[in-house]
Amino acid sequence: MNEIAAAPKLLPWAPERTGEVPPAAAGGLAPDGRGGGPGWTRSLALPLRLAWRQLRAERARLFSALAGVMFACVLVFMQLGFRAALFESATSLLSAMRAELFLMHPLTTASFRPEPLPRARAFQTLALPEVAQAVPVYMAQVSWRNPETGARRMIQLVGFDMEAGAMRFPGLEAVAEALKRPDTVAFDLRSRPEFGDIPGLLARAGGAPLKVEAGNREVEVVGLVEIGASFGADGNMIANEVNFRRLVPQRRASNTDLVALRLVPGADPRAVQARLREILPRDVAVLTHEELVAHERRYWEEATPIGFIFGFGSAMGLIVGMVIVYQILFSDIAAHLREYATLKAMGYSDGYLVRVVMGAALILAGLGFVPGAALSAALYGLVGEATYLPLGMTPGRAVLVFGLIFAMCAAAGLLAVRKLRDANPADMF
Amino acid sequence: MRDQAPVLLRGVSYAYGEGELRRPVLRAVDLTVGPGEIVLLTGPSGSGKTTLLTLIGALRAMQEGSAAVLGRELMGADEAARVALRRRIGFIFQHHNLLGFLTARQNVAMALELDPALRERERLARAGAMLEAVGLGAHADRVPAQLSGGQRQRVAVARALAGSPGLVLADEPTAALDRASGGEVVRLLRDLARSRGVPILMVTHDPRILDIADRVVALEDGRIVAAHAGAADRGGPPPLSAAAARG
Repeated sequence: MNEIAAAPKLLPWAPERTGEVPPAAAGGLAPDGRGGGPGWTRSLALPLRLAWRQLRAERARLFSALAGVMFACVLVFMQLGFRAALFESATSLLSAMRAELFLMHPLTTASFRPEPLPRARAFQTLALPEVAQAVPVYMAQVSWRNPETGARRMIQLVGFDMEAGAMRFPGLEAVAEALKRPDTVAFDLRSRPEFGDIPGLLARAGGAPLKVEAGNREVEVVGLVEIGASFGADGNMIANEVNFRRLVPQRRASNTDLVALRLVPGADPRAVQARLREILPRDVAVLTHEELVAHERRYWEEATPIGFIFGFGSAMGLIVGMVIVYQILFSDIAAHLREYATLKAMGYSDGYLVRVVMGAALILAGLGFVPGAALSAALYGLVGEATYLPLGMTPGRAVLVFGLIFAMCAAAGLLAVRKLRDANPADMF
Repeated sequence: MRDQAPVLLRGVSYAYGEGELRRPVLRAVDLTVGPGEIVLLTGPSGSGKTTLLTLIGALRAMQEGSAAVLGRELMGADEAARVALRRRIGFIFQHHNLLGFLTARQNVAMALELDPALRERERLARAGAMLEAVGLGAHADRVPAQLSGGQRQRVAVARALAGSPGLVLADEPTAALDRASGGEVVRLLRDLARSRGVPILMVTHDPRILDIADRVVALEDGRIVAAHAGAADRGGPPPLSAAAARG
């Protein structure tokens, strides 16, 4: 009794112990006829496990594959990071403006190269009761002499009425009063270091006026604000309207570059925008804040090769990574052709082996991405410090790059899968 | 009775190439392998015996004739039907063809991973039991590189039989082995298959193993030229090696 009960548990057909031909053997001949069971484990988990075991067996090959994926990962992260930093820094000045609507000349392509528009348009908008304030903003590139070395470099000068509250740079409130004095500017502490160590000089001056040469005039730096360098402007300084005209005397007082409109609380910017478009002549464009930032962004994306260059760099990284992963997968298949053919002879379908190869590709994607992303985050910190660009890891970009790396490995897998055709079990005998 | 035969070939012809390059390798072959029968297929190289084996193993599409293997007609069968049939056939190749990155036990379990009804623990237990049956229970967790040639081929035997096949096809399983381990492997295969009632069709050049067969079929130039009863007697006492394996 015990023997009969125990034997099927250990080995249902255990015939070599009893010497009998088991009747059960005939029943077990058609495993393919059985339905049900955890289908997904068979169709996904088992191929994935086989792929992992195969990858794990050859450490050197695995690590070179992971290095390839990491390389692609870092390259794409850096390219996309630079691209995003470019767009972000290019719009940092505009993003800092605190106004609902803006007037701009329709032909202005980028804020660092504005087309002037009549200043009178600013005052015309006040005809609408919803418009509380119209603040003209002046922008110009002027030369700046580094007070330490004497080297000259173009810096972006932004002029506006400090008291209107249309700008919100950190540090602006502290210097607003001092900027009312003649020939005074505030320096953007996130300007590139080639303009001189102005924060250090200010600290060492200890209250004594810090005189610098800007636009062939001697001006006094009365304080620091924080805006950020961009691809269009290496550095920034701000001044009030009167001091702006002193520094840029060739500009006509009747022209301005941008007008920030602040609306009364509760006004609908869209409705006011539509109304302004009706009453203003065609020589001004009325934009919301988002539209203004998007317009600036579009310039860098479309009108300069920079956006394309970074996209191209990303694509190159992905292609190099794909070739490396393809090589690894291909040589794995080539080295195991006989075994793959044996699996086919055993009844494994082509689809199953494709899933094994794709599983290997996706394991490489996952394992390569994690250290790649960590390395990229570290590099963002280093490069951001060196270039004064706002580089940083964002969840959205991490998801995007993971998707790209995933697609890259999948494409490499699909290319390598063609090699499986050579694993023909009919050639095995 | 004939319908019950695991392998039933009628007028099977096969040719490689097209047009003027067409080269027939099998000409109207009739062959029957009965239940539990051990049939050896011999013949000079180029006689078509390997092609015949790949046709019966559903590794190759039929061209002409009729071939019923384990009750399935292979003439006109599509790839999916052939893949399904292969799962019910145990293959043993000239080389062991084990996956080098898997242990012996995992290699044998690969034959069971196609069965969705089995759990992982069950698979490994059955694989372990199968390795016990081929006398490698102590080496179940070694990878093929740590096994001798004969041991590897025994793992391949265990893998071929683990899925409870209805038919075992073997292609010169002793060719890569020395005399002693080759004989050991085929006798082990014979005993295990016989105890399960599984028929074997084996291609071989090796005259030393002809004695295991119930019947030897000689193929020449694509035709069966001779068939004679093998030395083994199914009703007789088991040979010495099998007795040793059981002890």
